[in-house]
Amino acid sequence: MSRLKRIALNQHGVQPLGGGHALCQGCGAPSIVRTVLSSIDTPVIVVNATGCLEVATSRYPITAWNVPWIHTAFENTAAVASGVEAAYKALKRRGTLPGGDKEVTIVAFGGDGGTYDIGIQALSGALERGHRFLYVCYDNGAYMNTGIQRSGATPYGADTTTSPVGSVSLGKMQQRKDLTAIAAAHHVPFVGQSSGARWQDLSSKVERAVAMDGPAFLNVMSDCPLGWGHEPRVGLDVMRAAQDSLFWPLFEIVNGEYKLSYRPRKVIPVTDFLKMQRRFAHLFKPGGEAMLEAIQQQVEADWSRLLKLCGEPVKELPVVKPAEETEEAEAVGAVA
Amino acid sequence: MSSLRPWQELSPGGTIRPTDAEKPKTGSWRTGIKPLADLSKCTNCLLCWLYCPDSAILIEETTFVGFDDYFCKGCEVCAAVCPVGAIEMVPEETETPERWVMRSDESGS
Repeated sequence: MSRLKRIALNQHGVQPLGGGHALCQGCGAPSIVRTVLSSIDTPVIVVNATGCLEVATSRYPITAWNVPWIHTAFENTAAVASGVEAAYKALKRRGTLPGGDKEVTIVAFGGDGGTYDIGIQALSGALERGHRFLYVCYDNGAYMNTGIQRSGATPYGADTTTSPVGSVSLGKMQQRKDLTAIAAAHHVPFVGQSSGARWQDLSSKVERAVAMDGPAFLNVMSDCPLGWGHEPRVGLDVMRAAQDSLFWPLFEIVNGEYKLSYRPRKVIPVTDFLKMQRRFAHLFKPGGEAMLEAIQQQVEADWSRLLKLCGEPVKELPVVKPAEETEEAEAVGAVA
Repeated sequence: MSSLRPWQELSPGGTIRPTDAEKPKTGSWRTGIKPLADLSKCTNCLLCWLYCPDSAILIEETTFVGFDDYFCKGCEVCAAVCPVGAIEMVPEETETPERWVMRSDESGS
């Protein structure tokens, strides 16, 4: 049976996150939640940081969630997940759990604002203490819920309401931080980077992550039609372009060993990814050439470094210019 | 929307049971188009179901059975993700079946 059919059956007829929520048309987050939760065989407890996903799905007294779910503040998601895990262990030891001693999986969801910036201290603590849980950061690159303010995850050059484009600024002037590397520096059993448009990669990483005896962290790119400035229907194409242009590579770090999950057969220039989004539109006007070049160089440098970490041969990048259409490239390694 | 209640009537900790919770009709967000499936093309791959942001693709076990117009916001992701072009967006007034019946040889895994 295909992996997707297994995922569908795993729901037992109930979607973990059902309809009726107020997330935007074409939002990338719900399918990430569906893929993650349905790839886990045990019952789940979801801890959800403040953010789009939380605000839009739980307008009191309405909820779109059909699994045990806790709303936490921006800054303490990983701390609450730690507490849930510790409490569950304690109750299990005492034998006072109402449902017997079932295995459960604790999954925390946070956006990039709640993970890269506000929640990083709690996340760092939870990873260091070694609680057994899976933290999924869905990274759409800004505080979309409150009106597209820049975050630590916002890419260099992106237009946001707090890094606006004007006569003295061409969007965000700083590089984004590498949260996946920060999580990896905690020496936890599993750290991975995936994408909302690559469900097989995401699903197989979740399976490996929850099998670990310890913390696991996944950084998953999610599109945002509103904040990125693209039509809802092309969201998956935009995210796929992020992989094919090496802007958002897919890899995992299992017990310190790097492994590349996806190598595009044909690498497209990063401009092919950028020009699909209104937040980078100013870079294609006169004066933006230097920034486009800087982004391309950064992406290539990061890719070379990643290849070395993964023990893959570093070859001259076969960038095809201009790439009219992106061919679906084959995944290597992890993808089933 | 339900009317607001005083705090004395709220559940401890703000607990909500999904079975009691109202499900708002997000189908009213659609702006004139809705999805229509062509079952002669559909291979029942379920990609539309996986990627639908609004859980508006109805399946039974592992078989596509229809669209949930009550929740569908008309984002067109299902039409974009369909690998065989079996889903097209049609005007809201178009009559569409409430339930599609997949031929049994197409619904197998």
